[in-house]
Amino acid sequence: MCGISPADAAWNNPYPASEREANILYSSFRERPKHLDPARAYSSNEYDFIGQIYEPPFQYHYLKRPYELIPLTAERVPAPIYLDKQRRRLPASAPVASIAYSVYEVRIRPGIRYQPHPAFVRTPDGAFQPLTPNINTLGDFRETGTRELTAADYVYQIKRLAHPKLHSPILSVMNEYIVGMKDYARTLTQAYKTLTRDGEEGVYLDLERYPLAGAEVVDRYTYRVTIVGKYPQFLYWMAMPFFAPMPAEAEQFFSQPGMARKNLTLDWYPVGTGAYMLTENNPNRKMVLERNPNYHGERYPAEGEPDDARAGLLADAGKPLPFVDKVVFSLEKEGIPYWTKFVQGYYDRSGVLAESFDQAIRFSGGEAALSETMEQKGITLLTSVPTSSYYMGFNMLDPVVGGTSESARKLRRALSIAIDYEEYISIFLNGRGIPAQGILPPGIFGYQEGQAGINPYVYDWVDGRPKRKSIEEARRLLAEAGYPNGLDRKSGRPLLLYYDTPSTGPEQKAQIDWMRKQLAKLDIQLVVRATDYNRFQEKMRKGGAQLFEWGWNADYPDPENFFFLLYGPNKKVGGDGENAANYDSAEFNRLFERMKNMDNGPERLAIIEQMQQTLRRDAPWIWGFHPKRFTLQHAWVYNAKPNHMANNTLKYLRIDPKRRALLRAEWNEPVVWPLVAIALLLIAALIPAIVAHQRRENRGQRRAAEAGA
Amino acid sequence: MIAYLIRRLFYAIPILLGVNLFTFALFFFINSPDDMARMHLGVKRVTPEAIAKWKADRGYDKPLLYNAESGGIGKLTDTIFYQHSARLFVFDFGRSDEGRDIGYDIRNRMWPSFAIALPTFLVGILVYITFAMVLAFFRGMYLDTLGVVLSVILMSVSALFYVIGGQYLIGKLLHLVPISGYDSGMAALKFVILPVVIGVVSGIGASTRLYRTFFLEEINKDYVRTARAKGLSEARVLFRHVLKNAMIPILTGVVVIIPSLFIGSLIMESFFGIPGLGSYTIDAINAQDFTIVRAMVFLGSVLYIAGLILTDISYTLVDPRVRLG
Repeated sequence: MCGISPADAAWNNPYPASEREANILYSSFRERPKHLDPARAYSSNEYDFIGQIYEPPFQYHYLKRPYELIPLTAERVPAPIYLDKQRRRLPASAPVASIAYSVYEVRIRPGIRYQPHPAFVRTPDGAFQPLTPNINTLGDFRETGTRELTAADYVYQIKRLAHPKLHSPILSVMNEYIVGMKDYARTLTQAYKTLTRDGEEGVYLDLERYPLAGAEVVDRYTYRVTIVGKYPQFLYWMAMPFFAPMPAEAEQFFSQPGMARKNLTLDWYPVGTGAYMLTENNPNRKMVLERNPNYHGERYPAEGEPDDARAGLLADAGKPLPFVDKVVFSLEKEGIPYWTKFVQGYYDRSGVLAESFDQAIRFSGGEAALSETMEQKGITLLTSVPTSSYYMGFNMLDPVVGGTSESARKLRRALSIAIDYEEYISIFLNGRGIPAQGILPPGIFGYQEGQAGINPYVYDWVDGRPKRKSIEEARRLLAEAGYPNGLDRKSGRPLLLYYDTPSTGPEQKAQIDWMRKQLAKLDIQLVVRATDYNRFQEKMRKGGAQLFEWGWNADYPDPENFFFLLYGPNKKVGGDGENAANYDSAEFNRLFERMKNMDNGPERLAIIEQMQQTLRRDAPWIWGFHPKRFTLQHAWVYNAKPNHMANNTLKYLRIDPKRRALLRAEWNEPVVWPLVAIALLLIAALIPAIVAHQRRENRGQRRAAEAGA
Repeated sequence: MIAYLIRRLFYAIPILLGVNLFTFALFFFINSPDDMARMHLGVKRVTPEAIAKWKADRGYDKPLLYNAESGGIGKLTDTIFYQHSARLFVFDFGRSDEGRDIGYDIRNRMWPSFAIALPTFLVGILVYITFAMVLAFFRGMYLDTLGVVLSVILMSVSALFYVIGGQYLIGKLLHLVPISGYDSGMAALKFVILPVVIGVVSGIGASTRLYRTFFLEEINKDYVRTARAKGLSEARVLFRHVLKNAMIPILTGVVVIIPSLFIGSLIMESFFGIPGLGSYTIDAINAQDFTIVRAMVFLGSVLYIAGLILTDISYTLVDPRVRLG
C-alpha cells in the first residue's frame, strides 16, 4: 500500500504508469489522417502531424499579428526578383504587366539534419537494408541514419507535386504558376506509364533525371523557383508542407518491392527535419511524435503582440525549442469520452463541443467565460477567430435569385436582411461566431472593423454597433424586386425558393426549420432539398442549386484567397472552380485581376474596398458568419496562443508534468463503494430465496418420506 | 460428414457471389466513382483531370458490370465488378482506395476486435446461463418473477444507452477504468474491462430470459421427473441433467457467432476507440472506400457461412441422434 503513490491509484488513467510525470503532451484526433505525404496532405487533421515533422523554408511567426512570414530552414525570406519576357531584371516597383517571371531564390541554412531514418542507411554494396519478414513497421529496421538537408531536397519535392501517382491537390494551381510545371506533369505521366507498363509494383520514378525549368538547384544550399508573372502569395504557398524538403532516397526506399504490401509507404511514414518525428504510427489507435534528436534548434520568440508579455507568452523567450519531449495523439471518435478525459486531466487541451458547452462556458454580460467547475479546475479559455467564412450562396445562374438585374439584387438583399445570423449564432453556435459584413474575415488584410467595415445594404450603424435593418425594409426591397408580400407580381403565385443542403441528420432539422422561419418573415416559402454530400456537390457542379450553404478556410492570410471564390473564371459550372455561386461580374473580375498581384498597401486596400462594395451591392452571398474558436487548456499548459496559419505550433507549448500528475490523482480517485453495495444487494436478494427453497425441498422430502411410510 | 461439408462449401460460392453482387449494386447505387474520387481527393481545388486520374489509377474508369467495348470474355472481366471482386475468392483483398494493403490491415485489426468480442462472448455465456439457471432453480418464487421483470426491462433499453450510461457511471463517476482507448499486450486489459462489462450487461435481459425458457422446457420433461423420482436433489437434477440437454438450443445461437468474433462490433469499437474491424468497416463506409467495404462484407459472409457449418457440426457432437449426410 505504502509503495502506491496517489497517481498510481488512478485506475482510469489510460496511459502507462511510467509516463506519470513524463514531459508528454496528450492530445487526440477524431479522424485518422488520410495522407502524411506533404505532396498530398491538405487537411488540417493531416497538418496537425506533418506540420511538426516537415519543414518548409518559411513559417509564420508564432505570436505576431497580422500573420508574418519568417525563415524556418531558410536564411531569410527572399524578395522576388522580377524579370521581363527576355529575362531581363526589372526593379521591384515594375508594373505588374511588365513582369513576365518572378524568381524566388531561397538559401537554406547549412548543418540542418534529417531525423534518424532507415532510408539514410546503405549496406556496403550500396543497397538499402533488406526487408526481412520480421519487419512490419519502420521501427523494426535495425539501423537508422541521417544526412544534411540540401537545396536539392526542396527541388525534389516541388517536382513531386507533378508525380502522376501522388495526385497532389495543388498541382492545378502550380501548373498556372511554376514555369514548365504543366509540361513536366505530362512528361512524368508518360514516363511513369512506361515504367509501370507491366503492372509492376514498387516502381521508382527517378525525378532527378527529369529537370523542371521552374525549380532548379543553384548550389548545395540554394535553390531557385521561377513562377509566371507576379504572384506575391507564392511565398505563402512556400510556407506550406507542399514545399517542404523530401530526400530522394526516402522515396526510393519506400518504392522497394514488398514495402507497400506491409503498408510501409512514404504516405504513412514521414521523414523530415522538424522538431518532432513520428515514432508510432497507428492511426487506428495512437500516433506518437517524439523529439527529433537531430533537430537544428530554434529559440522561442522574444517578440509578440503588446498583450503577450502580460499573458505570460514571452516568459520563455529565447529558450530552445521544443519544450515537450513527446506528443501522444489518441484516436477519440466520440465526443463524450473525449470531453470526459479532458475533464479528468487526460487530455491537456480541448475544444468546446456542443454537447459539453453548458458544462464549460457561461455568458456574463454577453462575453463568454468559463463555468465555475472549469475555473475550479484551473482551466483557462482561449478564444480566437480563424480565417474562415461560412455563407449562404445564391446560384447566380438561377432565373429567380441569380443575375445582375436590380430586381434580383433587391431580392437577394431582402433575403440577406431577413436571415438573421445574429440569432443563428446565438442559437446554433452558442455565440461562437461573428456576423460577417463581407467576404473577408478578421485577420486578413482588407478587413475593416467598425462603421467603415459594415455592409450598408444589411446593417445600419446605431449606437456604435451594426444593427440589422428591419424586416419592413426587407419587405420593401422584396416588393421592389417584384414580390410584394411574397407573391410574384407577374403570376400572382407565392414565391417559392429551394434550399439545397447536405445536412440530413436529425440534429440539422432544427437549423432547417429555423431557415424556413427566416424566409417566412417575408412570406416566402422555402423548400428544403436535403441530400447527401455527393449529390449536393453534383448539383453544385451542374448549377442545379438555388440557395446553398458553404464555407471556406483560408490557405494563407491574403484577401486573394477569399476573393477568388467569386472570381468569374473560377465558376463551378463549366469551370469546376471554387466559385460555387457562379458569380461573374466584369467589374469585380477586373478589380480582382488588379488586386491579386499587388503588394499590401494603401492602393491595394482601396481596390479591396471597391471589391467589397461591389460584392455587397450584388450580394451573390448572404455573408453568413466567421466562426469563433474556443479552446480550453489545463493549468499545466503554457505558451498556447491560437495561430490559425502556422501548422508547427506544438514546439512552442510547454507543460508542467508534476502539477499534472498531482491534479490527475486528486481528480480521479476510484470510487469502489457502489460495487460493494451492489454485491451485498445481490447476496441479500438471494438469501431469502435460498431459505425458501430449502424449506420447499425439506417439505418435499418429508412428504416423500410420509408417503413411503 | 466430409461429403456434407464439401457440399456446403460449394453452396457457399453462389451465396458469396450473390452477396458480392448485392454489395456492389448497393454501393454504386449510392456512390458513383466520381463521388468516390471527390471524397478521397478532398473538397479543395479538385479538378476534373485529378478525378479522371484517380479513377484510372484504381480501375474505376471502367464500366460497372458490362464492358461493351471489350471483346470476348473481356466484356465481363474488364469491368469494375470483376476487377474488384474476382480476387476476393482467393482471399486476396487487394489495396484500399487510399493505397493500403487491406489483407495486412485486416490481420492487424482483427485482434483488438477479438480481444473485446471473445471475453464478452465467454463471460456473457457464463453469466447468462448462470442467471437463467438461478431463475429456473427458484422458478415460481419472487426471485424468478423479479428476474423476469428485470430481464424485460434490460432488454428494452437501447444498446447505445448501455454504452453511454456505462461510460458515465463506471468511467466518469466511479473512475474505475479508462472511459475509452486501447493498448497492446497486457496493457489492453484495463481498456477491455468496460466494453466487456457493457457488452455482457446489455445482453443479460434477452439471453437470460431465452435460456430460462430453455431450462424450464427441459425441467418439465419425463426424464427430469424420473430423476426427481429417484430422489435426486433439485440442484443435481438441474446441473447434471437439465443443463446438458438445454445446451442444444443454446448452441444453435452461440456457435454461429464464434467465427464472427473477429469482425467486431461497430458501435462498441466506435465509442471505445477500439482499433478493430468494426471501426475499420465504419471508417470505410464513411470514406466511401469500396474496396474495404466489399472486403469486409465478403469476409463477414464467409465467417457467417463458417459459423453455420460449425453449428451443424456441433449438433452432431452434443446430440448423437443427429447425423450429417
